[in-house]
Amino acid sequence: MRLWNDYHTPTSIEEALQLLAHYQGRARLVAGGTDLLVEIREGRHAPQDALVDVTHIPEMTTHHQEADGTIWLGAAVTHSHIVQSALLTQAATCLVESCGVVGGPQVRNVGTIGGNVAHALPAGDGTTSLVALDATARVVLDGQEQWVPIEQMFKGPGQSLLDPTRDILIGFRFKASGTHEASAFKRIMRPQGVALPILGCAVWVRLTDGQIADARISIAPIGPTPARATVVEEALRGQPANPASIEQAIAVANEALHPRTSKYRATAPYRQEMIAVLLRRTLPLAIDRARTGQAIPEGIGA
Amino acid sequence: MSQLQLIVNGESRLLEIPESRTLAEVLRYDLGLTGTKIGCEEAECGICTVLVDGVPVDSCIYPAFKAKGRHITTIEGLAHDGELHPLQHEFIRHGAVQCGFCTPGLIMTASALLNENDNPSEHDIKVALKDTYCRCTGYTSVVQAIQSAAADLRGDALLPVNEPTIDDPMDYVSRSVPPKGIEDRVTGKAKYTDDYVFEGMLYARTLRSRFPHARVLSIDTSAAKALAGVHAVLTHADVPGQNIHGLVHSDWPVLCGDVVRYMGDAVAIVAADTPEIAEAALKLIQVEYQPLPVVADPKYAHSSEAPVLHPHHATGNLLKHIKVRHGDIEQGFAEADYIVEREYRTPTTEHAFLEPECAIGVPVGYPNHEKLTVYVGSQIPYQDREQIANAMGLPREQVRVIGTLIGGGFGGKEDIAGQIHVAMLATVTGRPVKMLYTRQESLLFHPKRHATIIRIKTGATKDGKLTAVQAELYGDGGAYASLSDKVMTRATTHATGPYTVPHAKIDCYAMYTNNVPSGAFRGFGVTQSAFAVEQNIDILAGMIGIDPIEFRRINAQQVGVTTATGQVLRESVGMLETIDDVQRDMQAHHNGSGFQWTWHKGNKAYAWGIACAYKNTGLGGGAPDWSTAEVEAYEDGTVEVRTSSADMGQGLPHVLAQCAAEELKLPYERVRVLLSDTDLTPDGGPTTASRQTYMSGNAVRHAAVALREAMAQSAAEMMDVPPDQIYYEEGLLRQNGHQVPMGEVVGWMKQNGLAARVRHEYRAPETQPLGTGGDMHVAFSYATQAALVEVDVETGEVHVLKVVSSTDVGRAINPLMLQGQIEGGIVMALGNCLTESYIIEDGVPWSTLLARYKMPSIKHAPQIISHLVEEQVSSGPFGAKGVGEIPSINTSPAICNAIFNATGVRIFSLPVDQDALLRAIKAGQVEVYTAWHDVK
Repeated sequence: MRLWNDYHTPTSIEEALQLLAHYQGRARLVAGGTDLLVEIREGRHAPQDALVDVTHIPEMTTHHQEADGTIWLGAAVTHSHIVQSALLTQAATCLVESCGVVGGPQVRNVGTIGGNVAHALPAGDGTTSLVALDATARVVLDGQEQWVPIEQMFKGPGQSLLDPTRDILIGFRFKASGTHEASAFKRIMRPQGVALPILGCAVWVRLTDGQIADARISIAPIGPTPARATVVEEALRGQPANPASIEQAIAVANEALHPRTSKYRATAPYRQEMIAVLLRRTLPLAIDRARTGQAIPEGIGA
Repeated sequence: MSQLQLIVNGESRLLEIPESRTLAEVLRYDLGLTGTKIGCEEAECGICTVLVDGVPVDSCIYPAFKAKGRHITTIEGLAHDGELHPLQHEFIRHGAVQCGFCTPGLIMTASALLNENDNPSEHDIKVALKDTYCRCTGYTSVVQAIQSAAADLRGDALLPVNEPTIDDPMDYVSRSVPPKGIEDRVTGKAKYTDDYVFEGMLYARTLRSRFPHARVLSIDTSAAKALAGVHAVLTHADVPGQNIHGLVHSDWPVLCGDVVRYMGDAVAIVAADTPEIAEAALKLIQVEYQPLPVVADPKYAHSSEAPVLHPHHATGNLLKHIKVRHGDIEQGFAEADYIVEREYRTPTTEHAFLEPECAIGVPVGYPNHEKLTVYVGSQIPYQDREQIANAMGLPREQVRVIGTLIGGGFGGKEDIAGQIHVAMLATVTGRPVKMLYTRQESLLFHPKRHATIIRIKTGATKDGKLTAVQAELYGDGGAYASLSDKVMTRATTHATGPYTVPHAKIDCYAMYTNNVPSGAFRGFGVTQSAFAVEQNIDILAGMIGIDPIEFRRINAQQVGVTTATGQVLRESVGMLETIDDVQRDMQAHHNGSGFQWTWHKGNKAYAWGIACAYKNTGLGGGAPDWSTAEVEAYEDGTVEVRTSSADMGQGLPHVLAQCAAEELKLPYERVRVLLSDTDLTPDGGPTTASRQTYMSGNAVRHAAVALREAMAQSAAEMMDVPPDQIYYEEGLLRQNGHQVPMGEVVGWMKQNGLAARVRHEYRAPETQPLGTGGDMHVAFSYATQAALVEVDVETGEVHVLKVVSSTDVGRAINPLMLQGQIEGGIVMALGNCLTESYIIEDGVPWSTLLARYKMPSIKHAPQIISHLVEEQVSSGPFGAKGVGEIPSINTSPAICNAIFNATGVRIFSLPVDQDALLRAIKAGQVEVYTAWHDVK
């Protein structure tokens, strides 16, 4: 089965935009293609006249720390590069942990963080962590290059803000975890069926004098699009960084968050149970990392 | 067409190809580097892995033009100057190669790991190979091979091979010689059906039903025929002979014309210049259907309301009612102090052999083809020939089937797939025609393991003696009979378990439904019944208050026991020894600190579970079971063994060669094996029922003995000595200081008009049909397995850490490769328990993608310790009996017994659902009757 006809590898954003414009909706952006090409084969998307591969555009395939301390992460950086990055291991541990559990090595070597976001699944692993990192996406949307907060990138399950036949996701910017700041990610999978998490959870914390000065929490899938669990964050802010505070936050989470049953994936009661399990596993880990300043990612390749 | 420059295995290649190519297509079809295999085209199975600038990628979804200017390394680029790469020779040495279809992917993925890590731990290997699947080996040997290759690359000593100990090694038998043709499987040279290319070949596709049950009102192929590049579009009206086939019952249309009975039913076939054109043509075929009510459940199928799917079948939807009657069931339960009755469910499961079905038809008169010829990787070439001939309206002698290498079978390549279709298309077009199924089509089409509902009642006395087993089994046979009759018979006759049960009443209903057909799958029905039998045994042991191992020991079959089918076991019953082996290892695990069934640590509960099994060797049940083999000696001092028995990775060629080498005292390297060509090799019968080592092994052995005697006779005349003084040694015929090489004897025989060739038709000892008493089978193999599981009591996740197994195989002809059968069978069965379910709803499959059917990957592979017991069977070749299936029988109940011991929750439905398990643990609910696929 022919999935596409023409294949282009532009080396600049402008060139990519020109190609998309040339095909007038019959071409689509592709990065690693590990989701898109499989979905075309499954018949969930029509075969494309052309694919415009963005993995040869330098600014999209690199990451670095800016002078102001923020991190630039190109959308076409592969999961493997993220996992191997010493910078990101320290500055965005949850992102490294979430990218480390995506697929197997062959998929991580090709699949990109931008692809994960553009695919707009309610519980994309990398996306869940970018939400907890409060990332902002750099996009070309309706011909305008602009910044969009990560949570606003999604319209619904599988639907991002971007039109892949016109728009481009260039990369992300987020603040590096600094002193007394750290993050962690864990997820629960099942060995059967499709490789989507039953529940994933990324947390970020900042400690001040043994207290949780600030927290960001992303648990997915809870709703149709990735989102922060702000009430749980609220429950943690200003509390001592100890098990009692975590249990209290879990109680709040159980009140406020209501995951649903997904066929062949998980029942709502099971997911509800997993919210507690994941918060109980990720929050102490992030707190410990923030205290010690040491971040050794867990579960890579699991 | 565009230009693409790649550096492939160090050589710059400039190609003029369409931009739509994937890297795998370029390698395989444009460059002829067919060592790279395509398994799924979904980035799931990883067997297409190649390196792009040293980085492993799934070439099946990697756009070729993405690799512009890059360095590509494939399996063909690994060996240098004819010298195998350490990974290649260590895969061979450690027995990590069976069918060989995934081997290039495993080796390439491993080579990328070794480039970065010169001393990988088991964990490192599991991370690196997580998404590179192997369905044969069970991964244990793969890990060892990679670590040994790493040691070699570092300049350290190779790792010792983990070979099982055996009783009585002979000169060539019971030696771990390397399998025949093994080097081709690690270098990418081995050719599977899709690797064959014929000049002028066309590509075929099949149009399948859109409904699980419908009347076909009309088929209009005119638009498809008119498409440029299309050479033939055929329907039921074009079947030249009988439009029906089937292995046991002839009920399966070659092409459906009136009714479709499942979603995989073939309605039309197309041959075209390219696969893309054939695909496009399918979309132009107009079929008008009138949907009919769907029979989706075997119990409903049995009810009077259900529409009858095969009006010509005398008992309607009831394909067969199978009965076992033994003793007096009422008396048996009256004698019982404890009775347990439960209902168990097992799902439909999929073989997921990594090579999708492929067949090539070559017409009469094509160069070097005097007959209509079909190339196919089939488990039963002679029955393929028969079925092709019947459908083509030809005498069978006018059809030739050439068996190609099989990339895994496990029972799933016994039924006809594309064989008849390519014969029709090749005949009509006058050109070779290849039909390669996509993975998705393979999932949709081929017969699977029966879903079953098993209600079983078991009674025992307070002293722990079993008194009675009563069971009712429903088997979902799906739309066509396939091997349902035989499979469900085996489920029924083995439903007492490997125990002495004085009273039994077992009824099995094999039903027609509109689901995917069910057929042969490693374990052949016994995998299902053992899941029920062995958990009832543990429940009863708990009620009686007796140790489950002791309970099994008390009731274990032994010599002198009469089975529930009335067979008196006269020899070769190694059941108790297998229990001893396993118990010893379970105790050893605790290092003298005292054996414990269960313990806790943090949020993890650990426990052992045990289960036993037995499995027949050979067809039995009164079916005449025979295999014919030919052994021929040549003047160059070599011997060729010929039979049409299939090598699907289990390694039949080395078994046959070892039997011949032993009888002729001829070095193993001098024995060639030719399999599966209906013009060149005699019929070895089906490769099923764990029968080939026994059947074809015996045929080869007898032929070799006769040849040995004939050659001795000639040598005696040459040397002028009495023939009974001649003995064989290392390819020489010797007598008292004189000797003559075997090749010279052959030359002498030739000059004197004698053939150095013997054909032997081996007939197994006669068996009796079920219900008549007497010997139903020629032999049984026995096994005990213990599983050590870890359950996360916070999440319900289950991991199997270790499996200890002991298997009575009669004799291990090749211990290392036999161990590979056991390890692979255990991991396949672990999938049956924990990961696999082919979901089908109202006749419509959901599991139509490999992404929706998870088989165990290397990360699921437990530590496996396997022992062999060699209770020889006197009729077997050197005492051997079957081993192919038995490892896949008792793993699931062993795991579920362990889960119960760890958590107090018993699982009655597979695959284990961590969601339901956790909720049951939390709620203190002790029985779980739902499986993963029940999450709605």
